[in-house]
This record gives sequence, structure tokens and C-alpha cells, in this order.
Amino acid sequence: METAELTQEELFQQRIDADQRIEPKDWMPDAYRKTLIRQISQHAHSEIVGMLPEGNWITRAPSLKRKSILLAKVQDEAGHGLYLYSAAETLGASRDQMLADLHAGKAKYSSIFNYPTLSWADIGCVGWLVDGAAILNQVPLCRTSFGPYARAMVRVCKEESFHQRQGFEIMQTLCEGAPEQKAMAQEALNRWWWPTLMMFGPKDDESPNTARSMQWRIKRFTNDELRQKFVDMMVPQAEFLGLTVPDLALQWNETKQGYDFGEVNWEEFWQVVNGNGLCNHDRLQARVDAWEEGAWVREAALAHAEKRRQRQEPIHKSGPTRKAELPQD
Amino acid sequence: MSQSEWPLWEVFIRSKQGLDHKHVGSLHAADAAMAIQNARDVYTRRMEGVSIWVVESRHIHASNPDDAAAFFDPANDKVYRHPTFYQVPDSIKHM
Amino acid sequence: MQATLNAAVAPAYSPEVRQLLFDYVLQLADTSLLLGHRLSEWCGHGPILEQDLALANIALDLLGETRSLYQYAAELEGRRRTEDDLAFLRVATDYRNPLLVEQPNGDFAHTVVRQFLFDNFHYHFLQQLQTSPNEHLAAIAEKSVKEAAYHLKWSAEWIIRLGDGTEESRQRIDKAISKLWRYAGELTTPTPTEKALQDLGLIPNYTALQPTLDAYVAQVFAEATLPVPQQIAVQLGGKQGRHSEHLGYILAELQYMQRTYPGMQW
Repeated sequence: METAELTQEELFQQRIDADQRIEPKDWMPDAYRKTLIRQISQHAHSEIVGMLPEGNWITRAPSLKRKSILLAKVQDEAGHGLYLYSAAETLGASRDQMLADLHAGKAKYSSIFNYPTLSWADIGCVGWLVDGAAILNQVPLCRTSFGPYARAMVRVCKEESFHQRQGFEIMQTLCEGAPEQKAMAQEALNRWWWPTLMMFGPKDDESPNTARSMQWRIKRFTNDELRQKFVDMMVPQAEFLGLTVPDLALQWNETKQGYDFGEVNWEEFWQVVNGNGLCNHDRLQARVDAWEEGAWVREAALAHAEKRRQRQEPIHKSGPTRKAELPQD
Repeated sequence: MSQSEWPLWEVFIRSKQGLDHKHVGSLHAADAAMAIQNARDVYTRRMEGVSIWVVESRHIHASNPDDAAAFFDPANDKVYRHPTFYQVPDSIKHM
Repeated sequence: MQATLNAAVAPAYSPEVRQLLFDYVLQLADTSLLLGHRLSEWCGHGPILEQDLALANIALDLLGETRSLYQYAAELEGRRRTEDDLAFLRVATDYRNPLLVEQPNGDFAHTVVRQFLFDNFHYHFLQQLQTSPNEHLAAIAEKSVKEAAYHLKWSAEWIIRLGDGTEESRQRIDKAISKLWRYAGELTTPTPTEKALQDLGLIPNYTALQPTLDAYVAQVFAEATLPVPQQIAVQLGGKQGRHSEHLGYILAELQYMQRTYPGMQW
């Protein structure tokens, strides 16, 4: 039959075109594997580095309720990083190696986290705008062609939905509060609006890998499409809050049924991508420090497990409720 | 560096009594006790489970995708294994 | 739920007992708050992702307990102060947490030892508190004891791993134990407030609790191949408002927003 004449690569593309999932042990082109490892690990790194700017406010959150919510949220980001590293590990990458690449500055993460969180309203903006942008990126990835990635994204998106809402709620509370609070909200929006638009990446004509990634269905919309969607989604929300989007060019376009908006400062974008944002150095250093200072802990746990193995003692005896606590089946 | 990485474990969670354990993902842990606790902390933060299984990933044996045709296609033409293959008169109940 | 219902028909305590209870519930709330706060400082900086999540879970449990306790304290006080007023708007000398929980995180060994010393007390104490005739406290204990059981499992296992791990982990945990042991005794040394409430039978008696705590330490330390430290001079004071220098800095962060923007909603 004619399928005999198709190359492995063509068969692979046929499966993708038929919207079938690719699973870890299936044949895949090397470039597909490499691109996925890069994309998924970058995504994981973004979750982990993204813990830092928000973590910056956990100890200063203004109420006990906000403190709990924020801690739970930042903890979720750790979980999301973990799900994503796990997905990349099914492709043969080790988490240690991915982290080594991050720590060596070889791997990228989302540039948005190289901006500082300076006021409590920044925590609102990160949830409302940054998570809002992330969700736009992530929801289509729940249908991405690589099975473990798609499943991780389903889990992430399910958990992420509270993140944006808590951010919006912070903003709403500020905007309905005292004049200082409203001013705090506006000031934060002024700083976060443009960097958030940069989260969708360079313009389509400067994004050389987009076509192939779309063909492989590991990207399902172009950068500019998502950016437009985001602006259309956010402007009414800002209006609801009574906040002014800091873009003089912003204007409803009846013909395209969307907003026209100003040009992102691409020079700033590339500066931050290339390591020269305000917090690039500190963020990376914080991750390196945590990893290096944790090395002896990880080694100790392994050494102890090995001792147990040699003594043939499966798990610890100590534990107040060891008989009852964990299901025994 | 890589030889000091904690082993990888696959996590299976029973979401409620009466259901099978289902694979939910993986994590790293130094030993089984820790793997179960990590699974609890990572995968059941939103009341997703009532029971956890963990198994070290290296102990999982999987079928080879290249064998998929030989393994699974032969089941395709055995429609008689499915109840809908059979026609039961409307007047017959409880079948 | 049950607690709220019972509060409505709570025995009418005398003003003196009410004051004792208020002071004591504040002490418990401050304790969970401070330890939860310290643990939350780890978020994003843990030794491995899985343990980052574990530390945050413990912190979240403690913060949950904190809120229930402050809410009850506010109710006992009856002066319309909120949980946040109590958590954020007092001066350092009014905080009633024991010294142990305000000690800095240090390295992971310090955090683990601090946690184990606290969890051992917390878990066994909550078990007893569940039977308090004060149904409000009993209800809070019933919920928290399950969380505390998990915390103790976590910290005990880490004591064992670090004690019986590598040479370095052994050195570090030795150092942490010798630094933090002096603060453990305060947990079971009753203040006059606690003594009075114990005499009224409203809270557990620490003297009766002590053998259980010692036995568990002995068991875990034996498994960790660690010697149980000999009795050393106990540092007291936190539960009566005499704190270490660390508390002020914690409060500077904790209270920053509430102090800078008084009276606002967040």
C-alpha cells in the first residue's frame, strides 16, 4: 500500500495532523524531542523562578487571609514546575541537567519575572495580568501533541484558574479602597502592563520557529494572535476596575472587532531577555543558592536510604501514627 | 552531579473509594516513605485522593510502541466480544 | 461549625477565667503564626522542589490553625477586634509565642530540629486538648491534630535522615540541636496563666505529657543514631512577652502593611 512509501517522519506528521497524541516511547524526530525539552523545561523554569517575585511578599502580606492565599499560590507554582519537569523527563532529560542549564544561564525562563515586585498591588498585577497572560498561552497547550505535556498542562490550568481570580480580587479590593490603595493599583498597572505584553514573545515575523512549532502542534496560536487576544480581554477588565491602561494608542477598532494598541518597547524586551533586566542576576542567584545550599540535604537523604537498603529496613519505624496514617493497600 | 539525583517515582492515586488507582505523574524522592509523602504534598493538595501508590520508575516495564499493531490490532475484528454485537428482542428485559 | 454552635451556649466563664483563656488562646495563635511565618520564608528556596512543597504545606496548616485561634481569641475578648488586629497590631512584648518558634530558619537542619521539637509537643499536646471541656479549643485541636501528626512524621523522618545520613548532615544537625535544645523546655514549662488553666482542667497538664515527649525523642534519636542531649539550661520568656531580638524583625515585615496603611481593607 502507499503507506509503505511514507517515511517515519511523514507518518509522525500524519498522526499529529489527525490530532493524535504522541507518547514518550513513540518514534519522534530528534528536533521535535529537542524542541519540546527546551520548551517544557523553559516553562518549568518560569514556574520556579516565578515563585521569587511573589514569594517576596509572603512575609509582608497585609492580612492572614491574603498570606495564606499567596503562600498556597506560590506553592502551586512549585507544583507546576514539578509537573512540567516530570513531563520533560519522559523525553529523557534529567531534572538535574535541566536545572544545571538554568543555573549556568544556558536555559531561558519567562522574562516577566525579572521585574521587581515593589508594592502589594504588584501581587495583584502578577495574578491578574501575568497569570492571565500565562493562561492564554497554556489553555491551548492542554491540546498539544505531546501527551505528557498536554496532561501536565491540564493539571496546571485547573489549578491556575484560582490564581488569576485572586489577583483580580486584590486589584478590585484596592480599587474600591482608599485613594492610596487605588493609586497603588494604578502605579502597579503602569509598570506591569507593557512587560506583560512582552510575555507573548517577539512579533510573528521575528519568531522563526513558530511555523514549525505550529505544524507540530506544540504551539497553537502565534505570538501576535495571543497578544491581541490578551489586550481585548484585559482592557474591559481594567475599565471595570476604573484603572487606566498606560497606552495612549489604545483604541477600539470596529472593523477588526479588537483593540489597536501601541508598539511594545522591543529594545527593552531584548535587553531583559539577554540578561540585563533589573532582577535577572538576583533571580538566578537565588535559585543557584537554594540548589547549592540544599546539596548536602539531598546527599544525606540518599546516603540514609542506601544505609537502610543495606540493612534491609524498608521505611522508618518512627512516626506517631505510622500504623494508621497512610493507607496500607 | 547526576549520580546524586534522587530516584524518579511514578505516582498513582485513588481519587475515591471504589475507583482504581490512576497514574497522575512522577516526582523525585530518596526512599519509598518520602515518595509517598511527597506524592501527598505534590498531588493531593486539593483533595484529589484517598490512597497513594508509588513505584520507582525504573521498575515499570512497558510494551513497545513498535509492537502496537501485533498487540492491539487483532482485537479490532472481534466485535462479538461486545454486547452491542447481539440483537435482543425488545420484549426481553434484564439482559 | 460545631465550635461556633457551642460557643453560643458556652459556659459563662467568669471574667478572670475569660481573661486567662484569652491570654492563652493568643499564646497558641502567636505560636502558630510565628512558626508558619518562619516556614513561609522557605518558599522558593527549599533544597529540592518536593520539599519546598512540603514546607509550604506545613506553613499553610499552621496559618489555618492561627486564624481559627485568633478568631476565637477575638470572640473571647469581645472588643470587636478581628483576627488581623490581633495578628498585626500588637507590640512585640505582647506576643506570647515561645522563643523556639521565632528562631531563624538557619540551614535545613535548624529548620528540621526546630520543627521536630515543636511538632513533638504540638501533636501530643493537641491529642490531649481534644478532650478539653472547652469545646471550642477541643474542636480546633481535633482538626489540627491530624495536621500535626503529619508534621511530626515529616520532621521525625528528617531528623533520622540527617542524623544517620552523611558526615556533613550529622555535623549540621548536631550543631542545630545544640543551638535549639535550650528552647524546647519552654514549651512544657507552664506560665502562671497555663498553670491556672491546668488547675481548672481546661488544658492538658504538661508534667503528665513530659514522659510521652521524652520517650518519642528517645525513639527518634535512637533511630537517627543521635545522643539525646543532657539537660541544659532552659531559656524561658517568650510565653510571657520577653523575646529574643529576632521577633522585632519578624514583626517589622509582618506588620509593615497594616502599620503603613492603618485601617484599610485588603
